[in-house]
Amino acid sequence: MIAIRNLCKKFGSKQITHNLNLDIVQGEFLTIIGRSGEGKSVLLKQLMGLLKPDSGSIVVGDTEIVGLAGVELAHALKQCGYVFQFAALLDSLSVFENVGIVMLESGIAPHIVRPLAEECILKVGLSLDVLEKYPDELSGGMKKRVGLARTLMGNPRIIFYDEPTTGLDPIATQLIHELMRKTHDEYNATTIVISHDVSIFKYSDSVAMLFEGGIVHKQPAGSIWQSDHPMIRQFIHGLADGPLTKNLKE
Amino acid sequence: MISVRDVFVFSENLGAQTLKVIKEFGLFGIFCADIFRTMLHAPLKAKKIIAQMVFVGIDSLPVVVATGATIGGVLALHAYKGLSSFGADQFVGPLVFLAMAREFGPVLSALMVAGRAGSAMTAEIGTMRISEQLDALTTLSININQYLLVPRVIASVITLPFLSMICTTCGVVVGYLISIHTLGINPEVYTESIKATVASSDLLQGFVKAAIFGLLLSLVGCYKGMVTTGGAKGVGKSTTESVVYASMGTLVMDYILTALMTLL
Repeated sequence: MIAIRNLCKKFGSKQITHNLNLDIVQGEFLTIIGRSGEGKSVLLKQLMGLLKPDSGSIVVGDTEIVGLAGVELAHALKQCGYVFQFAALLDSLSVFENVGIVMLESGIAPHIVRPLAEECILKVGLSLDVLEKYPDELSGGMKKRVGLARTLMGNPRIIFYDEPTTGLDPIATQLIHELMRKTHDEYNATTIVISHDVSIFKYSDSVAMLFEGGIVHKQPAGSIWQSDHPMIRQFIHGLADGPLTKNLKE
Repeated sequence: MISVRDVFVFSENLGAQTLKVIKEFGLFGIFCADIFRTMLHAPLKAKKIIAQMVFVGIDSLPVVVATGATIGGVLALHAYKGLSSFGADQFVGPLVFLAMAREFGPVLSALMVAGRAGSAMTAEIGTMRISEQLDALTTLSININQYLLVPRVIASVITLPFLSMICTTCGVVVGYLISIHTLGINPEVYTESIKATVASSDLLQGFVKAAIFGLLLSLVGCYKGMVTTGGAKGVGKSTTESVVYASMGTLVMDYILTALMTLL
């Protein structure tokens, strides 16, 4: 479904992704973990065409997206949806206008868009009165749900989540994780999640570890707590000493 | 004592800054070309253009009216003081009219709009940039140029000439009132001397200038918003730069246009 080969990206002299290779199969729920500043969000943005890699290849479905731009890129990524870390709702628009923005902007009448927006809002567990509100009237968890509802309006086959539970309390985090899995199953989607939160492993099929610009390990999520990989062990148990912090200590 | 090393460091810094400025101009040029391409190829969003015309035009009216009226009055006072010493106070009217129509109307309107609406454009787009709202639009396959930028540019080009005319009218009216009631100039002499001296091309010059200033300040405002980085501080920096560059650009462009129009 998604094949990444030798992906490299630099910001100035800092190498962010370096010869990164990763395969994500159709229907997989993959969580990518890694320490802050490892370039997880940069990787996701390259997959969505928001950042251009310096070199390497990203094949989504049958299409090589590196080198595409404008309409061609938009067409290639039509099946993809992106849920941003802080939802990235347009604050000058109501929730209804945010959720239905693509259809409204393409000239479809609001009375046609409304039932579809209502359906998506209900799917993400919000009540319909939210549609009339503005983003600054919503809590962090509600914003993330609206962000997901906006993504679902496009019937995505691939959904990217960038740290979807950052800043949420444990209960809201659990509810968002359940919603992500439910959406994954309902849409028969391929899901790629960037997260620091180990409680998401329960809902994932597999977990990949990003370190120093590359994927150093990938394994099924079911056996992650028994993993003998030193980096995985250090990360999920939150240990201060280990290979992930070796350079810092030196 | 200046060492050879200091000279090298100075040359290196000068070269780096020059390259930075050239690169910035190049990127601005590419940005402008992209906006014009969108204008030509993508359908225009009438509702958004009208909303921006209200924001740029109607909402700027109070400040433009106040500026025009004040400058008109000041011009009349200065002109009278200078001209009356030569016994040429009948030319106060034409001087106020020509100065307002050709220069002060378009330039002051542009400076006021750059400070009010241009800065707001940069702040709004810059905030959208740093809060990933622009990225969200991109992932939703919404053309940012068509959705956000082109309506602002078109609205500014359309409204600036009208703001300039209103600014000019206010200046001329206040200049008239000051001349008649304070300076004691004969009203008939005042109006007749304007009719005899002023041509329609004077008004047209101001109109054209204002439209070009509107284009310039909106492009600068949108560009600085689009390239904003670095959080709240970055938005503040971009907004300040937007006002400074748009104001300087307006004044430089005013000289270029005046020189060209004088030749024609």
